[in-house]
This record gives sequence, C-alpha cells and structure tokens, in this order.
Amino acid sequence: MIKAVMMMNTQGKPRLAKFYDFLVRCLPVEKQQELIRGVFSVLSSRPENVSNFLEIDSLFGPDSRLVYKHYATLYFVLVFDGSENELAMLDLIQVLVETLDKCFSNVCELDIVFNYSKMHTVLDEIVFGGQVLETRSDEVMKAVEEISKSEAASNSISLVPKSVSGWRGGR
Amino acid sequence: MEQLKTIGRELAMGSQGGFGQSKEFLDLVKSIGEARSKAEEDRIVLSEIDILKRKLLEPDIPKRKMKEYIIRLVYIEMLGHDASFGYIHAVKMTHDDNLLLKRTGYLAVTLFLNEDHDLIILIVNTIQKDLRSDNYLVVCAALNAICRLINEETIPAVLPQVVDLLNHHKEAVRKKAIMALHRFHRKSPSSVSHLISNFRKRLCDNDPGVMGATLCPLFDLITEDVASYKDLVSSFVSILKQVTERRLPKSYDYHQMPAPFIQIKLLKIMALLGSGDKSASEIMYMVLGDLFRKCDSSTNIGNAILYECIRSISCIIPSPKLLEAAADAISKFLKSDSHNLKYMGIDGLGRLIKISPDIAEQHQLAVIDCLEDPDDTLKRKTFELLYKMTKSSNVEVIVDRMIDYMISINDNHYKTEIASRCVELAEQFAPSNQWFIQIMNKVFEHAGDLVNIKVAHNLMRLIAEGFGEDDDDADSKLRLSAVESYLQIMSEPKLPSLFLQVISWVLGEYGTADGKYSASYISGKLCDVADAYSSDETVKGYAVSALMKIYAFEIASGRKVDVLPECQSLIEELLASHSTDLQQRAYELQALLALDARAVESILPLDASCEDIEVDKDLSFLNGYIQQAIESGAQPYISERERSGMLETTDYHSQDHHEVPSHALRFEAYERPKPSSLRTQASTELVPVPEPSYYSEAHQPISTSSVSERESSEIKLRLDGVKQKWGRPSYQSSTSASSTPPQAANGTSSHPDVGVGSSSLKPRSSYESKKPEIDPEKQRLAASLFGGSSSSRSDRKSSSGGHKPAKGTASKPPKENPIPVQPPPDLLDFGEPTATSVTATDPFKELEGLMDSSSQDGGSTDVMGVLYSDAAPVTTTTSVDSLLSELSDSSKGNPGTYQSQTSKGPNSQEALEKDALVRQMGVNPTSQNPTLFKDLLG
Repeated sequence: MIKAVMMMNTQGKPRLAKFYDFLVRCLPVEKQQELIRGVFSVLSSRPENVSNFLEIDSLFGPDSRLVYKHYATLYFVLVFDGSENELAMLDLIQVLVETLDKCFSNVCELDIVFNYSKMHTVLDEIVFGGQVLETRSDEVMKAVEEISKSEAASNSISLVPKSVSGWRGGR
Repeated sequence: MEQLKTIGRELAMGSQGGFGQSKEFLDLVKSIGEARSKAEEDRIVLSEIDILKRKLLEPDIPKRKMKEYIIRLVYIEMLGHDASFGYIHAVKMTHDDNLLLKRTGYLAVTLFLNEDHDLIILIVNTIQKDLRSDNYLVVCAALNAICRLINEETIPAVLPQVVDLLNHHKEAVRKKAIMALHRFHRKSPSSVSHLISNFRKRLCDNDPGVMGATLCPLFDLITEDVASYKDLVSSFVSILKQVTERRLPKSYDYHQMPAPFIQIKLLKIMALLGSGDKSASEIMYMVLGDLFRKCDSSTNIGNAILYECIRSISCIIPSPKLLEAAADAISKFLKSDSHNLKYMGIDGLGRLIKISPDIAEQHQLAVIDCLEDPDDTLKRKTFELLYKMTKSSNVEVIVDRMIDYMISINDNHYKTEIASRCVELAEQFAPSNQWFIQIMNKVFEHAGDLVNIKVAHNLMRLIAEGFGEDDDDADSKLRLSAVESYLQIMSEPKLPSLFLQVISWVLGEYGTADGKYSASYISGKLCDVADAYSSDETVKGYAVSALMKIYAFEIASGRKVDVLPECQSLIEELLASHSTDLQQRAYELQALLALDARAVESILPLDASCEDIEVDKDLSFLNGYIQQAIESGAQPYISERERSGMLETTDYHSQDHHEVPSHALRFEAYERPKPSSLRTQASTELVPVPEPSYYSEAHQPISTSSVSERESSEIKLRLDGVKQKWGRPSYQSSTSASSTPPQAANGTSSHPDVGVGSSSLKPRSSYESKKPEIDPEKQRLAASLFGGSSSSRSDRKSSSGGHKPAKGTASKPPKENPIPVQPPPDLLDFGEPTATSVTATDPFKELEGLMDSSSQDGGSTDVMGVLYSDAAPVTTTTSVDSLLSELSDSSKGNPGTYQSQTSKGPNSQEALEKDALVRQMGVNPTSQNPTLFKDLLG
C-alpha cells in the first residue's frame, strides 16, 4: 500500500502532499508537516548518483520505504510498505510525471503550484485509496480531460443563471 | 452591475483552461515563493488567513469566488497552517450540483478532514446521493471521497450503493468501487466480511483494469488467510501466463512490457500462495521460468518484474533451475552500475541466501563494493545482508564493521537497530568472552543510551561467570582485562549511564580482586564517577555499592581501610540525599565500615555474585526463637489470608507498609491492625547479624511470603479471645515476636547485584556450546566470510604482498586451493588513498586495506578476517559522518514554527453560522433528523 505521495521543491516547500495511511491521516496538520520536513531533510542530504530508495521506518513506522525522484526543482516522493515493489514505484513516479508533462506540456514547478486541483485530479486517477489504480498515462489523460470537459460544460450551463439568481435575490 | 462584471471576469479567467486562478491567489503563491525565511512566510500566510476569514463572512459570495477561497484554504493548510475556520464552506460546496464546484468541495474536504472529523456526518448524505448519480464522474468523485472520509460507523450507510456499483457499466467506476470496498476491508474487516466473494467474482471481469484492481484486495485477503485461496493458484498462474503472452490489449503495455503492474501483483500473490506448498509451487515453475527468459532487463520496469520473480522464488519451494535463474538475475543486478539495481541485488541475495547459502560466494567483491558505497541506503541494505549471513566463523569481521558504521552515524533510530543487531550477533556467535566484552564495551560506549538494559545485565553476568568452567585462572584474566579496559575508558567524558553502571559494578566486584590495583585507587575512580555524573542517581547508587564492596573486601582480608577524603565527603553528601535509595546505601556503607572482619566477610563475601544461594524458605533457623517467644506469651503469627478474612485488611495497606519506617508519622486511624508494618517495627530487635546466605537474596517479598506460608501451615490461628477494640497496638504486641524473621531482609536494601546474582541461576548461556570453535587451528581453516572461498583471498593477499610494506604480521599460511581467475591488479591505483568513488574501487586495493587492518587486529590469524575486516577507508566514513551531521543540522535549523493563532475550537459566531448552514441543508448533526441516522445505522 502506498502511504503517502509528496512533492516538494528543492527548498523544502511542500507542493503537494497526500497521505493514504490511516494513522498518518489522523495526525494533526503540524505533525504531517513534521513528516514532510523530515523527509525533505533526508532527501536533501542524499548525494547525487545514488539509489532512489530509502528506508524510512523512523518517520512512517516499521517496514516503510521511500522512493524519490528529483526533477529540476522538484522532488517527487512515494512512501509505501513492503507490499509494493521499489522499482515499480519508481516507474509510478515516472508515470505521474509523464502524465503531468502531457497535461501541462512540459511541466514545471509553477504549473503544479497554480493548478493545484488538477494535480489532485491526475493523482487521484493514478493512486486511489493507497493502491495503484492506473498506470497508463494515456488513460489517465483521457479521464482527466473528460472531467475538465464536463466541468467546463456544467460551468457554462449552471454558473451564470445561478449567480444571476443569487444576484437578484441579493437585491 | 458590479456583480455581473465580477462574473464576467471570472468567466474570462475560467476560460484560461478551466483551472485558472485569480490574481490574488497568484500573488499569494508568488509572495510565499519569494519569502526568505519561515517567519516571513508565516507572516504572509497569517495575513492571508485574516483576509479569508473576513471574506468568508461576507454574504452572498459568488460560487466561483468561493471555489477560489477554498483552493486558497487548501493551499494554506498544505503549508502547515490551520484552516479549520473554512472547513464548513468546503463541506457545503460538496452539496453543489455543479461538477466543478462539487469536485472542488470533495477535494478540499478529503484534504481537510480525516475519517473521524465531526463534519463528516454532513457529507454522508451527499455521498449517498452522488453514488446514485447518472453522471459517472460524480460517482467517481464520491467514491474517491469515500476512500478518504468514511469511518467504521459510516461504512454501512454507503456499503449497499458501493456494492451495486461493482456492476456499473463503466469500468472506471467498477475499478474504484473495488478499491473502495478494499479500503473498507482495511478499515474494518468485519464490515465487509460477507462481501469478500465479490472480489473473487470481479477477478473474472472483462476489463483487465478491473481484474488488476481486484488483485489489490485479494493480496491483502490472501496475506491474512492463505489456505482458503489455494484454489485460485492455477487461475493466477494462467492470468500471469496470458499477460506475459501479450494477450492483453496493446494499451496495457508500459515501456514495451505487458501490464507490468499486474504482473508484479500476481507474482506477489503467488509468493504467498506457494510458500511452503510444494504442489502449488510446481504449478508456478513454468511461468516463472518464462518470465526470466522474457523479461527485458534493460528497462526499469523489466527489472522490477525480475526482482519480483526472485522474491517469489525465495518464498515458494523452488526448483534448482529456477534458483539458478534467480542467481543469474541477481548477479546481473549486482554488476549493474545503477545503485537501484545493486540495492535490489543485495536485497535479492539476502532473500536467496536462506535457501542456498553458497550463492553469496561469487558476489563477495560486489558485496564489499556495496559496503563501501557512499549511498547510505545501499550500505544499510548490505549490513542487513551481512546480518543474515553471519556465522560463528565470520562474526568478528561483520560485527567490527557494524560497530564502525554505528559509530559513524547520527541517526538514532538506525543506531539503535544496528546496536541491537551487534549485541544479538555477539551474544549468539561470540568466539570468546574476551571478544564479547570488547564488543559490548564499544556498543555501550557509543550507543549506551540506546541499548536494552538486559544487555548490561548479560554482560555483568558474563564477567561474573567467566568461561563457565572451573578455570579460575582464565576467569580472573578475563576479569582483569575487563577492569583494565574500564579503568581506561572511564577517563573519557560523557559515557552513557548504562555503561557506567556496568563499569561501577565490575570495578566494585573485581577492581581489587587480584591485587593489581589498590583499593584506594579504585575507590578514588568510583568517587570520580559519582562526582562527574552527580545528576544520575542510578550511577551514583552503583558507585556507592561498588565502594561498599571494595571496602568490605579490604576489611575482610584484614587490611586497614583508609577512606579517602573524597569518598568520605561523598558518603556524607549521600547521607543527606533526597533519594532514599542513595541515603540507605550510604547508611549501609557507613554501618559496614564499623563492623569487624568476620561480620563483613559474611555480609559481602568475595566474588559471590553468582554463587547459588540456597534460600531457606521456611526460615527454619528461626524456629527456636519463635518457640521461645511463644512460650513467653507472644501471639503466634497469623497468616495474611486469615487475617484479611477477619479484618478486611486491604492489599493496599499491607503493601504500603513495607516502605513506611517505624518512626514515621502515621496517618491512618488505629483501627485495623497493619500486619506488615509489624515486621518493620520488629526490625530494631533483630538487625545486626544476618545469616550470611541472606545477603544477596534479600528480597523482601520472598521472605515475607515465606513467613506467611510457614506460619499458616504450622501454627494454628487462635483468634478467640483476641479483642480488636484497640486494633493495632494490641495486635502488634502479640505478634511482634513471631513475625521477626524477615527483618534480616529489611536490613539491606535491594541491591542491583541482587538482580545479577539471581540471574546467575539461569542456565549457562550458549558460549559453552561454542567452545570447539575457539580452537584457532580450526578457525583458521574454516574461517571465511562466505565459506569455502578462502583460496582466492589468500592468493590475492600474496599477490599484493609486495605493495604494502607494513603488513608482515598478517601473512598467514596460504591455502592450497586452486587460484580463481583474477583480473590483473591495476598497480597505478594503489597510491590513491581515497576511495570515495566506490564503483571504481579496485578490488585489490580493497583487499590490501583489509589485510592491513587484520594485521593490526593483533594478528587474529583467521583468514576470514582478511576479507571483511576493518578496512573502511577513513575518508568514506567521515564523509558519511559529516553528511549525516549536516542532515541533523538542517532538520534542527528548520524548527516547527507552527503558529496556533487560529484555534480549532468552536467560536460562537462560527457555531451560529454552522447551525444556520445545517438547517439550510436539512441535515442536522444532532438527533433532530431521524432519517439521517436511520440511514447510517440501519
């Protein structure tokens, strides 16, 4: 099971953090921040050209592993337990990044910051409830596009009349 | 008009791709991005929180605007600030019909709330409604929310709909419904136990994606209960076969591998099912063999599958052919330049080594490379492998390595782990006690606060027991060497408390034992310890007890004791200590100094910590005394059971009174006799000369219970005529005489030695059984880390012999085995001192270092020493060290400056607003809405 998905920049600012582990989810916000900081401090101390794996029992409990990948200014981090395969998780990060790349055509940190909800949409199509749901980035793209389309449609139909009625009611 | 304009602007912004944000949000992100310090960032976020609080209170917020606010709230919370004031708006937004808003609402809610949040109850209705929606995207959004928001109590409210969705026409929905059900199973297995068959059914789904999703819950279910899924073995195997034969649609390919994630899950499941099951394993041989042949080891995902195959093979009962294939795959991993693959290779090696122990042999050099690698993860994995392959023949090198690494790291979590591993290996495989003590000293010195206290007791016991044979000479040598090493170590500053306890105990027990050190020297050292660690009462207690023993031995041997002035002042200080324990020890010490040699010798006999103590449970030696007392009119002892039956003496009281000294104030009314206090009282009559055998067994509870036992059995209770009117006094006078015996116990406090002494009664540890291995001749022959391959090492040694000048002592009888093929040594490499670029490390250089150090080891002439002994180039270690210290620094420098300015507690305004909202939505969290609860509970 995947316990957490995190993205943070090289200065340690969290860009996206999603926890799936029941225990971690029930922690207060501050504790979750501590986890993120803890992960960052480990990552930032790793030299170049070493493996992408870490054992991270000290932060996420026994049998916790972490896989990370460093793209430009961003760390992509997956935390998971022994029921996942490290190399496969590395490829899952690859899938995520490829998909984001397709979404934003050449993804960069800013895209991720400013398209927060879309990021989550993409992630939710790939990882669902802590399990890998879909690994084909084309399929993910299709699903995400469908959502955007239908969101846009519902927007143009419902938003204006509703706002207008709200406006009338307000007067 | 104003409003219309805003709408226009929002629409314009919305058209920038549907996810556009307002300028304010962009500004916020930008300013936070440019913040120089955490404090500045906090300031920005706090002002943003103020703005949002104000804005959210405005009436008639346009929904578009509200969506934006909520995204900003999410952003704030991601940065670690409390956004709970806006949760209710996110909840409200999930009720919206507009998909965009609904999804935003769900997103925010899933990020804000956990399963047990109070507001969840307001969402359950919406989720129920959305699960029935015609729009599958709405259904998906609701399923997603379920996974993150539903707790045990609310599962029944949504369960029927989720089960219905397992047959939804959209495969995306079916997939998510399975995942949701799986999530329920994880959360509360009992809630979905009747639905497990659905997972089996979905395994046959037409859509491979749905089938793949089903494997996740099945994996969990099989982990819990293998036996009931054995019938699926052939199904899983045939699915895997079909996948590898590319029967799935091309779209499932990933980097030219057919559905790799499905393959990996299947392999994991097969590992579970084939474990210890020969017939199930045999069904798998074919497909596993195919996988090894087909897997493309040039891609990451191909290697992932290969690794998974290795794992499966290590779990099932493998065929020799598969083992061979797995070994080949591992050697490919280990030879790779990629650290990731090396890591997987080491891991695989660790798994396979349990089945075929010789497999590690061919990878010795690769393993050494990994051990020297700058990559900490790889290093740790390698230590794990070494830990798994430790035998009595290679334990010394491996443990030495581990300790060096342990010293070099700062991460307490891992330090604890590796320390406990060192101890475990040392206890299990120690070739000699001397070595064991050395290793323990190192572990204590560098990780003393992290190891279990039992380890310390074990060490003390070992020193006390010696070799476990009647070889007194060897024993005293061992002790002397322990004492010497401790006297040396003691001068170092800041030793861990546990280690000091061991040191004090050993010095007290054996410091003066063979006359090498004078009593005043040792006692001076002990005083130094007590002074230097004056805040640590346990250490002080040990030190005082040790002093007492030193003096006792002196007195007993008839020498005159000169109490050093610093000892005198220490004793005086402790006589007034706040700690009653220390006080008592000091008083005892003082009392002991005044006694004559004979008495002292019986109190503290020399080296008696592991004498077997015979406890006279019946205290028969007191029979005469009791008889006498009874004859002169004393009341017999009344056993506690009978007493409590009569007088309702509570346990609490009787326990309590062991501690209460007789002259202390009494706070209870004199209503009930307090039997146990009597014994304390009686102490004054009996103290001075305790039976010698008593000293170290002086356990209060034991003796008291034995008294009651005996009394109850031998002497009948005579209660008639005893008037209880005055309670305590009358009772006391009558029984005091008969209850005296345990007093001997009371005179001496329970010493730490007692624990050690009594533990010596346990059967001797496994050292004895290891005796044969200590034979150096045998050791030399058998010794090699990987067993059997000593030849290559000795050859390498002789070939490299000319290069290193300072290794004469290390030369050992070379083995006569044939010379394995060796790459010619790169001579130019030898001069280079640093070995930081590990992948390029010359194996010969490695061996040079290894041998060199083994010579420094005092010529521990075993060949095993050669390969793995302490040769870590210092540079590597230090770089790791500094790296880790950097790490801890950076974590320190990033203090959690979370400001709890906005409390999560309810404020009245918010409560009112919440109430209004709740009314408006027709969902009331109180019991005024019966239908909601009917849904939830029914």
